[in-house]
Amino acid sequence: MRFVDEYRDGGRARALAARIAALCEPGRHYKFMEVCGGHTHTIYRHGLEDLLPRQVELVHGPGCPVCVIPMGRIDDAVAIAREPGVIMTSFGDLMRVPGGAGSFLDAKARGADVRMVYSPLDALRIARENPGRRVVFMAIGFETTAPSTAVTVLRAAAEGVANFSVFCNHVTIIPAIKAILDSPDLRLDGFLGPGHVSTVIGCRPYGFIARDHGRPLVCAGFEPLDVLQSVHMLLRQLAEGRCEVENQYARVVPWEGNRRALEAIGRTMEPRPHFEWRGLGFISHSALRLREEYAAHDAERIFDLPGVRVADPKACQCGEVLKGAIKPWECKVFGTACTPETPIGTCMVSSEGACAAYYNYGRFTRERVREATRA
Amino acid sequence: MTTEQQVLDRIERARRRAPRVREEHITLAHGAGGKATQTLVEDVFVGAFGNPALEPLDDGAVLELGTSRMVMTTDSYVVSPVFFPGGDIGDLAVNGTVNDLAVSGARPLYLSAGFILEEGFPVEDLRRVTASMSAAALRAGVAIVTGDTKVVQRGKGDGCYVTTTGVGVLDRPAVLGAAHVRPGDAILVSGPVGDHGVTVMLARGELDLAADLVSDTAPLHTLAAALLDALPGEVRMLRDATRGGTATVLNEVARGAGVAMIVHESAVPVRPAVTGACELLGIDPLYVACEGRFVAFVAGDRAETALAALRSHPQGQEAALIGRVEAAPSGLVLLKTAFGGTRIIDLLVGDPLPRIC
Repeated sequence: MRFVDEYRDGGRARALAARIAALCEPGRHYKFMEVCGGHTHTIYRHGLEDLLPRQVELVHGPGCPVCVIPMGRIDDAVAIAREPGVIMTSFGDLMRVPGGAGSFLDAKARGADVRMVYSPLDALRIARENPGRRVVFMAIGFETTAPSTAVTVLRAAAEGVANFSVFCNHVTIIPAIKAILDSPDLRLDGFLGPGHVSTVIGCRPYGFIARDHGRPLVCAGFEPLDVLQSVHMLLRQLAEGRCEVENQYARVVPWEGNRRALEAIGRTMEPRPHFEWRGLGFISHSALRLREEYAAHDAERIFDLPGVRVADPKACQCGEVLKGAIKPWECKVFGTACTPETPIGTCMVSSEGACAAYYNYGRFTRERVREATRA
Repeated sequence: MTTEQQVLDRIERARRRAPRVREEHITLAHGAGGKATQTLVEDVFVGAFGNPALEPLDDGAVLELGTSRMVMTTDSYVVSPVFFPGGDIGDLAVNGTVNDLAVSGARPLYLSAGFILEEGFPVEDLRRVTASMSAAALRAGVAIVTGDTKVVQRGKGDGCYVTTTGVGVLDRPAVLGAAHVRPGDAILVSGPVGDHGVTVMLARGELDLAADLVSDTAPLHTLAAALLDALPGEVRMLRDATRGGTATVLNEVARGAGVAMIVHESAVPVRPAVTGACELLGIDPLYVACEGRFVAFVAGDRAETALAALRSHPQGQEAALIGRVEAAPSGLVLLKTAFGGTRIIDLLVGDPLPRIC
């Protein structure tokens, strides 16, 4: 199929893998973080690690929006969903994320009206079709999804859809990368930059990573050949002694970003003083809330929220996984108490979560499989 | 220091424990055909009804009646919308049950039909449903010999639900089942996967997507018979890839037979429109339901004969050999990706799809 097959071509992959192997210095171990959960998903879904030399290690980063949402915010959203007359809408990924008092799916089974949508505009349509109900969109995601929330809010305001509001949980990627760079237990050789986020913010904001922290970053696409080529570009920078921001995903990512999308975000949203990230704690200016002008569409102002901070379950090591400090299987509860059907931590819920990706796609040792399939 | 392999072994032990339903309420995941469905069936239903005919949990129960052997099966249909490109709930209800008999190796004979109708459902629509049931029954050579009707209040049902029960007779000596699958066997699919599921998803009109696709709903009894006749005693088992799709069939058999499956992604036939819709929706076509395809496990050295037998039948022209059964790693289904890597295909968790059967 066009625009799919050419980015998954096994022959090209093998050729690129050989060039990657040739660039590796003997005896050196390379540790690259893919910031975005979409990359984590691609890496596992296509078995990309089978094509990389052992000395190249991919570390999964904090760029899964579902994974970093703290339990208290889920409880707030469930509390809204249980208010009389409310239709709660959200992306499918979020339905099973557990809060302190259960998930959206649990709330739905107990009678709350929670609906899955593919776009916030679908939520706005539901609001128009149900004028007697209060329709709330649980907004989540990095700069990738914030513009569509912004556009929906602008449209709701322009059309006067008074029964529509947004529970805003948008976060921003740069503060999270800063938190990773400041964490002492990680020695990374470079970053695969988040391609979708970069379609909005462009490549310029990553400059400090190369300049101040001496780490190369390559903005990477989401097909497996994109990821492999980006690894190759990082290794080439290291081999040539360069340290820069490069754009592998130029077919989609403009260097300067998408000005109209940024404007829409800027018109409707402003940074919060601080926001709690699961596993990473409170990070200043790392999330967005609706501006005062759009208070009429801000669920946080319309509803009385519990707003209680819920500590992560003690056994859960999502924070360490999100920072790339441990591998999913190194978590104490991985795969036994915490599984995709009964997740304790968020990393086990979203298809972009490192634990879910490893559990669903990578739960075997590659050596053993090579033996089994040699014939 | 625990090694990765020790962790994996611990996980496999945990996965083999008798499943327990931990939720307090039924969620949609319990009906999605994946892990939650399996847990519900094994804990609640087998727990309550357990007996030797039920416990293999195959598509139909094999029953000895005097000197003859019968197969009995039942299925309920709640598809929404009731009418979709290529079919409707009526032919789905006949074909689905006929197929459960066919993949058990039985010659389908008789069906029952139970209707749960919602107050306000148009009689004209019911006539359309029954007309397509009648046509499907004629095509499959079965008679609908008994039935039942209930009407529920408006809002308490979704138009029309149909339950069919089927009985057939086993003419051939061999009994098919997961227990017969062994390392070295070949894995085939009888045609492109995912047509039905994607067609119904698009027919719901919620996704603003359109594609030139029709459901694959069809009776499989003559295709199954063609394969069984070409390889007497060497077909290990057949299963129609309905709810949960091909991936679910492979997982159930891997687990039931204590074997591994190695599937080659590039060998699995998927229509471009199905691939496209699945890419957009973030769904793997291997998990998407078919209503007129089966997965066949046959003796490894007869794979080519099996493929030829399927392809010489009008319904099997796009059949394909997709992989092999291996001894280890037991219970796992592994996919060799077109890209050149390896990954697991696990049982589906949760419910990413609307009701499609």
